[in-house]
Amino acid sequence: MAINWFKYSAPSTFYGLAGKIAPWCAGISAVLFAAGLYIGLVVAPTDATQGESYRIFFIHVPTAILSMFLYLVMAGYAAIGLIFNTRLSAMMATALAPTGALFTFIALWTGALWGKPTWGTWWVWDARLTSELILLFLYIGFMALHSSIDDPRRADRAAALLAIVGSVNVPIIYYSVRWWNSLHQGPTFEVGRVAVYDDTMRQAFLLMLFACWLYAAAVVLWRVRSIILERERSTQWVAELKEIRA
Amino acid sequence: MNMTPRRKKTLYIILGGLAVMGVAVGLVLFALKDNVSLYFTPTQVFNKEAPEGRNFRIGGLVEEESIKREDGLKVHFSVTDRARSMPVVYEGILPDLFKEGKGVVVQGKLDADGLFHADEVLAKHDENYMPPEAQDALKKAQQAEAAK
Repeated sequence: MAINWFKYSAPSTFYGLAGKIAPWCAGISAVLFAAGLYIGLVVAPTDATQGESYRIFFIHVPTAILSMFLYLVMAGYAAIGLIFNTRLSAMMATALAPTGALFTFIALWTGALWGKPTWGTWWVWDARLTSELILLFLYIGFMALHSSIDDPRRADRAAALLAIVGSVNVPIIYYSVRWWNSLHQGPTFEVGRVAVYDDTMRQAFLLMLFACWLYAAAVVLWRVRSIILERERSTQWVAELKEIRA
Repeated sequence: MNMTPRRKKTLYIILGGLAVMGVAVGLVLFALKDNVSLYFTPTQVFNKEAPEGRNFRIGGLVEEESIKREDGLKVHFSVTDRARSMPVVYEGILPDLFKEGKGVVVQGKLDADGLFHADEVLAKHDENYMPPEAQDALKKAQQAEAAK
């Protein structure tokens, strides 16, 4: 069966599709969060070096991974919007930014809460922490730039440039702990090596990672529906929507 | 598409912003070229790569059997990178994860005798996570390997 993917690049079709997918993502995400938090905080054994304080890992690492991943997705959508001049991709980029910023903020905040009991400090200006802070500023800059330009299409293009330029920061974040001496430990997850030597720890981490990812998907899809409605409010198909006529 | 004053203004703002950002990133990278690393290793300090006469950080492992406590909170220990080792003196509360053989980053000043006077000691932990039993098993396996 051939699926016509281009059909879903039209805001009018994607609006309905997003509305169908989002509740599933949210529901599964809630279940995974509950299971992941239970296994991570109650079932998983303590860590040999860090004792109980390592458990913040189960929130810190998934949010940190997604903060970088969502930025690349956002920059990807921004680039597609810039090159092919498609409306929906720019809307997706705009919808991704607040969730990416939220994950970056949580990663920084939980990192500080983790750093105090283990390292002995809330914050240190090492390469990993500083580049992750720059990521937060890039998200905020993207949103600020987008909302400071009145014409949405023009705003899309300007913000897209910022997103694309800023994406050089993502590999800097990932490799910062290898390129420079840092207080932050090296990568736990690499190609061919996962430095978590306990099955329940791995399970809790994977559950939390998928929970965060599905949460992001649900929230972004709901947000993009609002953006579509706002931008297409003068069109015929929006006027004919059940929820608009009611 | 004619350039209205508003369009022109926006265009200049974007171009200006890009130019400012380009210059800023360039300057930051240039300024940080040597400073992005958080600490120097003891070997770098011995090779005179560390700045003299001002605060800097050294990092490495706390050398085994080097911790000596004096009266009060004063403590002596050595930071090693397995090639060179550097004596450190510190007065204050040490982080919980400060242990012999574990990672540490200390900030302070080097005196003329080669003793490092630290005013901040931070513990650096590694990226491995395992329950205590797994670590014990790992240690036993390593000892058995070493005994062969």
